[in-house]
Amino acid sequence: MAADAHKLAIFRGLVKFKSNTQKIWGVLIFLSIITAIEVLLGIYKPEIFNAQVLGMKALNWIFIILTIVKAYYITWDFMHMRDEMASFRRMVVWTGVFLISYLIFIILQEGGYVESVFANGFVKTDF
Amino acid sequence: MDTTVVKTSAENKRWGGGTEPLKTSYGKMMMWFFITSDALTFAGFLAAYGFSRFKFADSWPIADNVFTHVPFIHGNYPMIFVAFMTFILIMSSVTMVLAVDAGHHKNKAKVTLYMFLTIIGGLVFVGSQAYEWTTFIKGTYGAVATKGGNILHIMDADGHQVALKDFAIAQDSDRERHESRTGLWFTSEKALPSYTFDEVLAGFKANPDLVVRTTYTAGDGHKTMLSRSESLRELETKGKNVVEGANLRQNEYGSPLFANYFFFITGFHGFHVSIGILLNIIIFFNVLLGTYERRGSYEMVEKVGLYWHFVDLVWVFVFTFFYLV
Repeated sequence: MAADAHKLAIFRGLVKFKSNTQKIWGVLIFLSIITAIEVLLGIYKPEIFNAQVLGMKALNWIFIILTIVKAYYITWDFMHMRDEMASFRRMVVWTGVFLISYLIFIILQEGGYVESVFANGFVKTDF
Repeated sequence: MDTTVVKTSAENKRWGGGTEPLKTSYGKMMMWFFITSDALTFAGFLAAYGFSRFKFADSWPIADNVFTHVPFIHGNYPMIFVAFMTFILIMSSVTMVLAVDAGHHKNKAKVTLYMFLTIIGGLVFVGSQAYEWTTFIKGTYGAVATKGGNILHIMDADGHQVALKDFAIAQDSDRERHESRTGLWFTSEKALPSYTFDEVLAGFKANPDLVVRTTYTAGDGHKTMLSRSESLRELETKGKNVVEGANLRQNEYGSPLFANYFFFITGFHGFHVSIGILLNIIIFFNVLLGTYERRGSYEMVEKVGLYWHFVDLVWVFVFTFFYLV
């Protein structure tokens, strides 16, 4: 790959960098801000995010979404996925995303069921 | 037939003849496929962690109560140290990608510098993880385990956890550590806890402001606290033994499974980091020796860089699911 073949725009073209080095520092600043937000939310755990959304606390959904955003920028800009061909990118990313989503769905579903057996069945754990 | 397209031999040799399928070199593509499969392995571990967490949804330890230590500082600081570790790993990812970028410009001096900084970052991270493990294994306060295996924490009136050594009262006890030289030569046991359950119970009775925090999480996300009379009844009817620190069998912070997953997943990740450091060191010396200068391409730096970024990527998820969620 030629030294100047990088795509230098992030946020769908909202921010454009002059060089690849600049883009790296820009992405670092972005990732640091997200980590700082996560840590602050993790320490203070604001009450307003305690509401249940889709079976989980809203705060947990925020953490998971921020994590996926971070993972996206690490993969796309640090690992240069943005510069790879679309077919190659899909081959790697979609395979992983599909299999991992399936695995998580099926295992957490089972975990929730076992929990309900503990809670509603005749199993004593507190003695 | 004249219309049949005759393929030249160069077109058949996909990687050998100057063309690259998907415009990616063989090595880089295989590194990506390895990363995909390794991501599935980690996803399996984290999903298993999620399974146990869903299974014990109301009794799982809260990370803010577990990881509260910062080196050289006393006190209760959840999240701070692990945020530092995360930042170190992201920083070393940045120096790695800067090394890759310098490689594209064939700038040997800069590649050397950035590879060196990446290795340092990796070593700091592994050292921090060793500290994290040490404090986790050693434990902080000690706890009482019930007959059913639940963990009871002892709290003072202000809601701070109290260490067992601060209130336990010595009692007569015939129980000694069984060593192989004093009995059957083929059986022995680990060191006994510093205090027996009776000593803790006597100390608890003598201090009227102590209460028990149960292992069960209430609706507000905190563990349920018992009143003084409930606490006494809980300890007297259910209490069985004293637990100090965490290992694969018992865990003073809560469910032993939490400790098992912590050791297994952060251990496996730490193993990846160590391998990454080793690979980085090899590449670092190759850069120093001018191997890639002579080869005309710094693509090896890029491939190892992919692995190193992947390690960072995994940590982002471990951080979320062990410390935040």
